[in-house]
Amino acid sequence: MPLKSRFCTAVVMSLVAGAQPASAFMAYVSNEKDNTVSVVDTASGTVVKTLPVGQRPRGITISHDGKFIYLCASDDDTIEVIDTQTHEIVGQLPSGPDPELFVLSPDGKTLYVANEDDNLVTVIDIESRDVLAEIPVGVEPEGMGISPDGKTMVNTSETTNMAHFIDTDSHEITHNVLVDSRPRFAEFKPDGSEVWVSAEIGGTVSVIDNASRAVKHKITFEIAGLRSEAIQPVGVRITADGKKAYVALGPANRVAVVDTTTYKVEKYVLVGQRVWQLAFTPDQKTIISTNGVSNDITFIDVATDEPVQSITVGAMPWGVVVSPQ
Amino acid sequence: MSVRPAVAADWGAAIKLAQAQTLTEPAQPRAGPAKPAPVDIHLGYLRAYAPQLALSVLDVPPRDEGVAGANVAIVDNNTTGRFLGQAFSLDVTEVNPDTDVNAAFEALAGKGVTAILADLSPSQLLALADVAAAKGILVFNVGATDDRLREEDCRANLFHTVPTRSMLADGLAQYLIWKQWRRWALVYGSHDRDRLFAEALRRAAERFGGEIVAQKEFVDTGTARRTDSGVVQIQRQMPVFTQGMPEYDVLLVADESEVFGTYVPYRTWQPRPVAGTAGLMPLAWHPASEQWGGTQIQNRFLKSTGRRMLSKDMSAWTAVRIIGEAATRTQSDDTARIAAFIHSPDFSIAAFKGQKLTFRAWNNQLRQPVFIGDGHSVVSTSPQEGFLHQVSELDTLGIDQPETKCVLK
Repeated sequence: MPLKSRFCTAVVMSLVAGAQPASAFMAYVSNEKDNTVSVVDTASGTVVKTLPVGQRPRGITISHDGKFIYLCASDDDTIEVIDTQTHEIVGQLPSGPDPELFVLSPDGKTLYVANEDDNLVTVIDIESRDVLAEIPVGVEPEGMGISPDGKTMVNTSETTNMAHFIDTDSHEITHNVLVDSRPRFAEFKPDGSEVWVSAEIGGTVSVIDNASRAVKHKITFEIAGLRSEAIQPVGVRITADGKKAYVALGPANRVAVVDTTTYKVEKYVLVGQRVWQLAFTPDQKTIISTNGVSNDITFIDVATDEPVQSITVGAMPWGVVVSPQ
Repeated sequence: MSVRPAVAADWGAAIKLAQAQTLTEPAQPRAGPAKPAPVDIHLGYLRAYAPQLALSVLDVPPRDEGVAGANVAIVDNNTTGRFLGQAFSLDVTEVNPDTDVNAAFEALAGKGVTAILADLSPSQLLALADVAAAKGILVFNVGATDDRLREEDCRANLFHTVPTRSMLADGLAQYLIWKQWRRWALVYGSHDRDRLFAEALRRAAERFGGEIVAQKEFVDTGTARRTDSGVVQIQRQMPVFTQGMPEYDVLLVADESEVFGTYVPYRTWQPRPVAGTAGLMPLAWHPASEQWGGTQIQNRFLKSTGRRMLSKDMSAWTAVRIIGEAATRTQSDDTARIAAFIHSPDFSIAAFKGQKLTFRAWNNQLRQPVFIGDGHSVVSTSPQEGFLHQVSELDTLGIDQPETKCVLK
């Protein structure tokens, strides 16, 4: 297949160019199809352990101290808590039915969970494991983003096609912003000025101004030789300095690199098949993509935006998070 | 579980207006104390209903086939509408097959419907479209697969969310060609709709490089569909019916009338797979599809109706969602604005089929992938990889613009 051979060439070239190895962090990858989490040493680029977890693991995040992984086991209707030292499942959080994605508050105390089947966002106090609130949102809630100050949470609903802005004190929706079809992910800029919302079927990323709560720009993607229907933006991550955004383009098998000032796509990085989610290493030197259909993850060098290495993980890798240490 | 299907104006200005609204302040809906009274958007559902028999009791259409899909979409639209001050409702009216629809239409029009979903015969549908046009009401065909409704008999106010016979036949043919099963034998029923699907399969063979090596009609002599010891006779009858054909890779069946098709698989003279209206079938939706977020709609549908979602349910769900999407994007319940938005080149709808669906501007047919599946699972979806098109690969399914006989008025 032409895609594959071009990809291999890109990898070989970057290896020859002497790309730096990623520093030592642990990446945790949820594998949707075989009910496992792959633990990947980012320095050696090897899978050091495969953890059996609940059914259909998707959304994955980590506590700020790096001690616990939180994992949406969607078909078990629960969130599993995994100890990163022992790799044991040490508890569960009351997620509500079919949890898919969630976001941790900046203070690390509260988890906001999208319940796809019930049109709800569930707010969970992690320490007490209590449900603090259930917030009715649009049809098929999915994307979850939180402002750096923790005051505003954004949920996207896939069939309603909105970004719902929720006040984290009152747990009330304050604004509903229409975006394009099947919004999948919401990511705040580190300075809190904008929220980027991807639309999988619409094929766009809407940049919402957080002050006016209105769409200020729509980013579109064009890749020569690919029909527009194959370009389906899902995961979005913005660098800590706020300068660059990475957008996973699903079956387009590429990650777009976007200048956050001009909103221009600077580059399309060919990774693996059906690229879903993204995570930075804490040193911001590497961003990792999960490539569902090719059962691998790709390390992209943030300095050069070249794919450095691909590593086979479990079946249908979905989400990824990297330990803070 | 049965998976069968039962049987140019100034749009640019309207879309620009719609887009401008989504991008500027006034159209951004606010939740808060100053909520306006909800705008009611009332839809009609007109269906020709009579109890239907099937060769297998598993294939008897559920009483609410189609309507249940529309109801689930009304709930979905209202979840969205809650944030926008829009409330959707549905009025279902049933008529007998092949009877006049005027009175039923007048009753719905009197209730102020914006659009009517129609599950009717082709002649009823055209009669409805014409009286509806006079009152500026849109009609969404959710049941009739007849190509002529999108070709020589097309209407400007008639939209089709259900795929055509030619789209279904092309979807199946692409899969068979991908499998390199190129030699087809065709057996078809003696009723009009069986012949129309057989014709769509012949056309697909010519388009995609299948070879029809033999054809045979199964004449309906009016036997009862369910008799106590029927299977004993069928076991002997079907091998004989399919005897004497040249070597083929697949036996294609065209029996929309439920006279013999279900009896063909596992009883053929030659040990070959069966496809068409029996065996491997092309479908607008599959009750086991979980791809592309399908799990969510399947769960929602099951929870609300207690049964699995069928093709007609999906065609009706999609029609109601299209109207909902247009009302949301235009922030309007005005039929003309809704029609303008649906007609605009920027319109698209997500319907759990892996890509956005759009209307063919030349005949108001919704472009969509076709599921290829048997009674239990999805085998594939078409268009298949490698069938290319200069505009949309979805236009490799069905009659394309250069061949169309439709002139929208």
